[in-house]
Amino acid sequence: MAASERKIGDVILKLERISLAFGGVKALTDITFDVREHEIRAIIGPNGAGKSSMLNVINGVYHPQQGTIVFRGEVRHEMEPRQAAAQGIARTFQNIALFKGMSVLDNILTGRNLKMKATIIEQAIHFGRARREELLHRRKVEEVIDFLEIQHIRKTPVGRLPYGLQKRVELARALAAEPSMLLLDEPMAGMNVEEKQDMCRFVLDVNEQYGTTIVLIEHDMGVVMDISDRVVVLDYGKKIGDGTPDEVRSNQAVIDAYLGVAH
Amino acid sequence: MDARLDTFPRLMLHHAQVRGSHPACREKDLGIWQTWTWAEVAAEVRALACGLAANGFERGMHLAIIGDNRPRLYWSMLAAQALGGIAVPMYQDAPAADFVFVLNDAEIAYAVVEDQEQVDKMHESMPQVPTLKHIFYDDPRGLRNYESVLALDRLQEQGREFDRAHPGFYDGEIAKGGPDDVSVMLYTSGTTGKPKGVCQSHHAFIASAKGGAEFDRLTPDDSILSYLPMAWVGDHLFSLAQWVYVGFTINCPESGDTVMTDLREIGPTYYFAPPRVFENLLTQVTIRMEDASSLKRWMYAKAMAVARRCGAEILDGKPVGIGDRLEYALGNLFVYGPLRNVLGMSRIRVAYTAGAAIGPDLFRFYRSIHVNLKQLYGSTETCAYVCLQPDGGVKLDTVGLPAPGVEVKIGDNGEVLVRGPMLLKEYYKRPDATAESIDGEGYFHTGDAGFFDDDGHLKIIDRAKDVGRLATGAMYAPNYIENKLKFFPHIKEAVAFGDKRSEVCAFINIDMGSVGNWAERRGIPYSGYTDLAQKSEVYQLIKDCVEKVNVELAQDPALAGSQVHRFLVLHKELDPDDDELTRTRKVRRSFIDEKYAVLIDALYGGKTVQHIETQVKFEDGRTGVVAADLRIETAKTVPIPPAAKAA
Repeated sequence: MAASERKIGDVILKLERISLAFGGVKALTDITFDVREHEIRAIIGPNGAGKSSMLNVINGVYHPQQGTIVFRGEVRHEMEPRQAAAQGIARTFQNIALFKGMSVLDNILTGRNLKMKATIIEQAIHFGRARREELLHRRKVEEVIDFLEIQHIRKTPVGRLPYGLQKRVELARALAAEPSMLLLDEPMAGMNVEEKQDMCRFVLDVNEQYGTTIVLIEHDMGVVMDISDRVVVLDYGKKIGDGTPDEVRSNQAVIDAYLGVAH
Repeated sequence: MDARLDTFPRLMLHHAQVRGSHPACREKDLGIWQTWTWAEVAAEVRALACGLAANGFERGMHLAIIGDNRPRLYWSMLAAQALGGIAVPMYQDAPAADFVFVLNDAEIAYAVVEDQEQVDKMHESMPQVPTLKHIFYDDPRGLRNYESVLALDRLQEQGREFDRAHPGFYDGEIAKGGPDDVSVMLYTSGTTGKPKGVCQSHHAFIASAKGGAEFDRLTPDDSILSYLPMAWVGDHLFSLAQWVYVGFTINCPESGDTVMTDLREIGPTYYFAPPRVFENLLTQVTIRMEDASSLKRWMYAKAMAVARRCGAEILDGKPVGIGDRLEYALGNLFVYGPLRNVLGMSRIRVAYTAGAAIGPDLFRFYRSIHVNLKQLYGSTETCAYVCLQPDGGVKLDTVGLPAPGVEVKIGDNGEVLVRGPMLLKEYYKRPDATAESIDGEGYFHTGDAGFFDDDGHLKIIDRAKDVGRLATGAMYAPNYIENKLKFFPHIKEAVAFGDKRSEVCAFINIDMGSVGNWAERRGIPYSGYTDLAQKSEVYQLIKDCVEKVNVELAQDPALAGSQVHRFLVLHKELDPDDDELTRTRKVRRSFIDEKYAVLIDALYGGKTVQHIETQVKFEDGRTGVVAADLRIETAKTVPIPPAAKAA
């Protein structure tokens, strides 16, 4: 009953004719797709289809050789990661990228980095603005901890946690940045059924509660079809399908890419 | 105390008056402990009660309470009582289908639930529960777009408005209440048949709370952690009845997973837990000690040897030699003190365990490190208040002396009979069951078999109906055998068979944490529970445990015939979701007899392997199948000497 009441807005991110190559290898060829405000947009495709490359283009890790990116009306040829973060794009990674030796709390606090204004000296003596800021950031972090139900591991070093929880901590760090757009790279890979369900619920909750736009890559078709508003399908760096889950499901090119074609 | 303080709402107002700024309630929220004083609690309850009244809740109605231990859920109970209503707490981890029976039986129209999970379950049950109309929730997360449910915040706002519009209404309602009104209805877990609603009056719970509080000299400065299911009579006695009677502080943990941390932060002075909680704590300590450095392991072993020798005696105030005292003091400085601190038990003055038998080793462990752990005996029908162990008079194998105001006698069939103010008023809408369990003289038949020892302490052996006879005529008490097996940390659950049979056989559930760690330590690879359970090394490990139990059983002439001859390790954990256990984790024997008939036949048929496929229910309600070939092992038994046989 929740999803139907959420208002999907206008297009906020538009990628036009993007092509990306590493030397002779073409990762993405002439791809055009868009993301609307508040929607859950999935990118699917077989291994090596260019899904992660796509996310990396969106948040500026890779710079495409051709094409343009329009984000909230601003046209640019390429993004810079810091610029993307400052504009409210946060992400998680396929192979977890947390600080293993640091506690969950500290890891999530790093997600607030761009919002910290106090100077290093103020922070060192923990006075005035630094103090107020710390209280504020800690509160935000605690809200995220509460939201993702990870209170019990608040002070545990991340390296000691099982994989499923590490994934959740990574999501927490991304959320701590209070993003308007969240890029999730295989948030459910390697999880068991129960963990996947939890993660689905969290993704939907984030989307509903904060209205965060979500772009996610996922292999589990059940999950993708269940929670996404629209799905784009890549194969060998090309777009072969785009539409609602139902449209994509019945698209012959998509079926061929997934099930193989008799030659 | 004033004679007019005879209902819980009046007691609450009394505390708000005489100790208004004393902390009544704490909850950890966003990582910080929030406190409500008695005056604040009284105001919150007032707003809740008026809100309920504004929504049409009236005297005599039932208010369902479903969720983890949250302050506002406790307050909601008091709010219902203030209006002359009856709180009906339910087990929060039950699936929606299980709620339907209780919701219908109690004719629930109003429910206060914790969060989205519970709201969803309510919505799921609604088509089958025509009376259920009003659902209020505590935690708004994920519920923004739900219709026809109301946040407790909003309910309280409505309540404050209602209160302004109807001054005098709330106080008038409290004044109308009487001590014989039913204050709470707790459902029995239902080892057999459908759950029954046990109606308890204000008077019964106040009498029990008063007796217990005076027995252990509780004061408003005591503090407890409220983390056990609110539907359990034990939690209702400790976290509501005694809380409101004595006026101490209850502390609600942040979540079910943080109880250990919260316990350490709060450092309660008064603590209540079923044996399995104490067992889990000890298992964790043992596992962590095995991973510790050799110096620490050596210190721990030395100190625990001293504690075993004289720790419990020192706690009991018995004469102990000066040498032992010195060694114990040293041990306390380096090991017991820090250990109590890690366990969150530094400040504990009185700790109770109940609900199931506690292993003697386990019990002695806590007492030996100077935690005043005691046992109590009681049931839902007796407000969990029948027998208590007095300080300095604690015995391992008894449940103590009859509590103040309680009469206990043993029936002709060995059943424990009790009488006193704490008895239930009735089973809701079940006059047949009420008449069956309370006899003409007013004694309640507990259904437990037991006897008094020479010092007047009550000893419970088993459920009266479970006590049977072997084909040889020897007494057979399955719980007794199962408990002995479960006292081993590697064994989580056991089910014994033997009634009207020639010998005793058993199912065993391994403890995944403990056995998993054991296997890792020995480099035994395994893929999951089913695989681990069937490893030959694990069978050997369990066999050792079974044989040790056999040796112990052989020492008691009456029970020597009950030695376990053959056993198997089950491929899945027995689970309340699969109806094999009750929500309070008691074995449902007849159900297991039926479901696993093929395994029982294999045990008695002399087979060495049996294939089985079992349906399991996952937490999301979906079902799957677990299949395995179970090995059946024969355990060594101690031959019974002829003299004992004759006895």
